[in-house]
Parts: sequence; C-alpha cells; structure tokens
Amino acid sequence: MAVDYNAFITEETIEGDDEGPLAGTTVAVKDNISTAGVRTTCGSEMLADYVPPYSATVVERLTDAGATVVGKTNMDEFGMGTTTETSAFGPTRNPVDPERVPGGSSGGSAAAVAAGEADVALGSDTGGSVRCPAAFCGVVGIKPTYGLVSRYGLVAYANSLEQIGPIAGTVEAAAEALDVIAGPDPNDGTTRDPRAVDGVDVGVPEGGYAAAADGDVDGMTVGVPTELFDGADERVVGTVEAAIADLEARGAETAEISLPSVEHAVQAYYVIATSEASSNLARFDGVRYGHRADSDGNWNESFAETREAFGPEVKRRILLGTYALSAGYHDKYYRKAQDAREWVRRDFEDAFADVDVIASPTMPVLPFELGESLDDPLRMYLADANTTPVNLANLPAISVPAGEADGLPVGLQLVGPKFDEAAVIRTASAVEGR
Amino acid sequence: MTDSSDPDGDPDAGDGDGSADPAVDVAEVEHVAELARVRLAEGETAAFADQFAEILEYFEALDEVPDLDREEELVNVMRDDEVEEGLTQEEALSNAAETTDGFFTGPKVS
Repeated sequence: MAVDYNAFITEETIEGDDEGPLAGTTVAVKDNISTAGVRTTCGSEMLADYVPPYSATVVERLTDAGATVVGKTNMDEFGMGTTTETSAFGPTRNPVDPERVPGGSSGGSAAAVAAGEADVALGSDTGGSVRCPAAFCGVVGIKPTYGLVSRYGLVAYANSLEQIGPIAGTVEAAAEALDVIAGPDPNDGTTRDPRAVDGVDVGVPEGGYAAAADGDVDGMTVGVPTELFDGADERVVGTVEAAIADLEARGAETAEISLPSVEHAVQAYYVIATSEASSNLARFDGVRYGHRADSDGNWNESFAETREAFGPEVKRRILLGTYALSAGYHDKYYRKAQDAREWVRRDFEDAFADVDVIASPTMPVLPFELGESLDDPLRMYLADANTTPVNLANLPAISVPAGEADGLPVGLQLVGPKFDEAAVIRTASAVEGR
Repeated sequence: MTDSSDPDGDPDAGDGDGSADPAVDVAEVEHVAELARVRLAEGETAAFADQFAEILEYFEALDEVPDLDREEELVNVMRDDEVEEGLTQEEALSNAAETTDGFFTGPKVS
C-alpha cells in the first residue's frame, strides 16, 4: 500500500464522455469547485455535508472533453492558506517528502498529480494557490489571466483575484487542460474572449495553448526583477538562476528590470483578499446550506454561533477584512490597497514594453516542514511575496520545475502580459526536464 | 514561533502610548468579531489580538503607496431580463438545514 498523502477529501468518480481531447485522462478537482451530486466541502466543517445541485462550468467542460473526475482534493479551508494545513480534513503530505507540506491552498491537487493519483488537477489561485503547491510538489501549475476561465461554480473567497487553473506533470498537459477550460461563459460576466479584448494582440495560438509548448525561446526577452529575488532562500535563487541560464543557452536574452511596487503586494493582497472574504463568507448563515449551530438565540446570535464552525485562519481573515472595511479604517487600508494594486498593474505593464516574460522564483522558500508555519500567520503570508503581485495585476503565470535544492523541488515562475498565456507556456516548456 | 499570548488578555494593553502603532487589544478583537457575527472559541481572542497587532503593523507600509488615479473601464455585462431555466425549488432547498412548505426556515429574527 502506497503512502497516504491525504490528497483527496472525497474519492468519487464522475465519468466523462467517451470521446474528446481529454478522453482517457483522469482529473482531480479541488474541493471548492462544485460537482453536482458529489459533496464539495472547501476543506471546511461548514460545508462538510454540502452536495451541490449543479456543476461548475470547468467541470462540465472537462467531462465533455472526455476527462474522468477521480475525486475532490484537499485544500486549505476556503483556499485560505499556503500549506494545506488549515483543512478541516487534516493536512496533505508532500509526495516528494511526506514530512513537508505540499504548499497551498491547492495542495491536494498538486499532491495528487505528483503522486500519480491523477493525470491532471484543477486548483484555484487567489494569491498563488495553484503555483505554490505546483512549485513545492515539483509539478506544473498555470494561473490564467483574470477572465480567461469561468469561475461559475467556484466557491468564492476573493473573487476579484481568483482564477481556476490546471496542474499537471508537464507544461503541455497543463496547457491541454487549459485549452479545454478556457473561454467565455454566460454564467460568469467577468469572462472574456481573448481574441476580442482591446489592446490584446496575442490571444490563443493556432492549435491552442498546448501548441505553444514548443520550447522555442530563441529571440525572446526574459525580464529578471531584482525585487523578487531579494530575500529569497539562496538555494532557491541558485536553482532559479541556473534555469534562467538555460533559457539564455537556448537563445533567449535576459534583462534586469525593477518592479518597485511589488514590495507592497503582500500587504495589498491581504487587505483586499480579507475584505472580499469578509463579505463573501457572510453567505454561510446556516439557513440555505452548510452547517447550522443548535441555537436558541435570535438571528444574530444564531448566525454568530453557526460561524463558530470556521477554522482559525478563516476567522482571522474574516475579522481582518471586517476591520479593514470598518468605519475609520477603510481609507487607511482598503483604499490604499487599491492604489497599490493599480501601481503593481502599471509596473508590470511598463515592464512588458521591454520584455516578453518575467522570471522569478515561484516561492522564496523551500517547502515548509509540517506544522512549521501554522502558528505564525504573518510568516505564512510573507511566503506569498512573489505570487500575489500576479493576481493583483490580473496576469497569467506558470510555475515550472526549475530543479532541486537539497532534494526538494524549486519552482520557476514566469509571468506574461495580459492574455499572453502562450508566452509563459512556451518559455516554461523550454526549461522543463532540465 | 513560540506564542506568548497575553495570558490575562488585558483590554488596555498596548493602548495610549501616543505612537501611531495600530495597537489591537482584546476588546477591539471582540468588537470586530461582533460586527462580523463570528463567535470566537476559547483562547482565540487573545491569540488574535497579538497576531492582528503584528499583521496590522506590517500593513502600515501601505502608507508609502502613492495616491493614484484609478479609472476602471466598466461595461455592462448583465443579460436581458428573460426567464431562463434554473434550479428547481427542490434542488435549491436540498442543502437547507430546515425548510417549511417549500421555503427556507431561518432562526427567529428577535
């Protein structure tokens, strides 16, 4: 019997169509993505028995394309975490080293792929939750441009930041899954057709995103921002620099760039994400779905008692968001965070005038040991330094294995211009397998 | 980290030293939890007060961010108001803890 990594919360099969581009492919789906008839817990006591009456658009698209869903994967509660340890269903272990975390919040999805329990997995990425576990587990994860993939049926945490994205063993396999799930959806008003967006001249390559995984980086310019290397573990930096040198050997040029705004990205991200969470998670009132406390109190008391079932990290974020939005603090925190978000967006836009993609470590650290960061929330938040700027700027990014340091996987993050998924997929395909 | 939470949860701790530090005390955490309608478990209040003080101090750096003109390009994405197929009443109620005659049953209002 193989080691149980606790990658799945529910192992149940949803058969796909007989034919299609993903026929014969097994897919693991993060447990905050709705599956009709199969419980969807978000890693929370609150939804331990919740069975959605409908499926997310991405699940419909996968099964229509022939993929078979093999189960619902473990995750930080409501996506709030960087280690998959805040799950009410226990932590997932990293298949590379079971004493370490798989990253989060889509840790079960990355672990399922890394352990060979699924060919492909879906995660969701609000501040790095696809790229972080991909990096820690040594697999590939794509965070699409905001609006490329439908969020219909994704249980919201911070909806202005999050996208569903694929995790797979190879860049091409992740891109094939992206080809299937991408595209406008009438049930998500924020989705766009990349071919019809003003100012975007890239869009979808002939043959789809998978065709961009051709390894041809000759003549490309790779931006290297000093801010995203400063303060990172030197073993991580060394491995990532070696991967970038490989790109140069294949004909890419590198250019040192500066993104001064990203020093404020983690602050802005946590203010915006917790503010949105405080509003989004108000829906868990125990009336329409989810856990309901046995309470004799009035509406307010019953509501508060029901919500005692959230875990500490979820409570922490709801309270921080409530505080940031409360009278007297809104201008100090929320408005300044929106200014920072705009600054980050402009910084990237300026940088992409000169470079095709931007390279950095995905995570500034090697995978944590289990339990190492759980009691120190700020330390966990700071680990998101390199991933959160991408969500704030709505851009596409990929994490691809760059190699190993001390036997542990290191991820290279590549960020592209808006809707230029092809650029990050092409560049990533040139470094994988090194 | 070794968490040395204030064991007594002194509600006046860290307050009134005249600095710009966003001191967070137990009373403030309780107030925000009340606003958010989230009951905290035993021990969470004191731990949160310490953690929030640290996190909010880190958020202080947002003061250094320049004021920017932000003009969002907004387009109307609402569809026409036409009846479409949706969940059946039975499906919509299928996860409710309590229902009455096809309606959700909530707690008493007061």
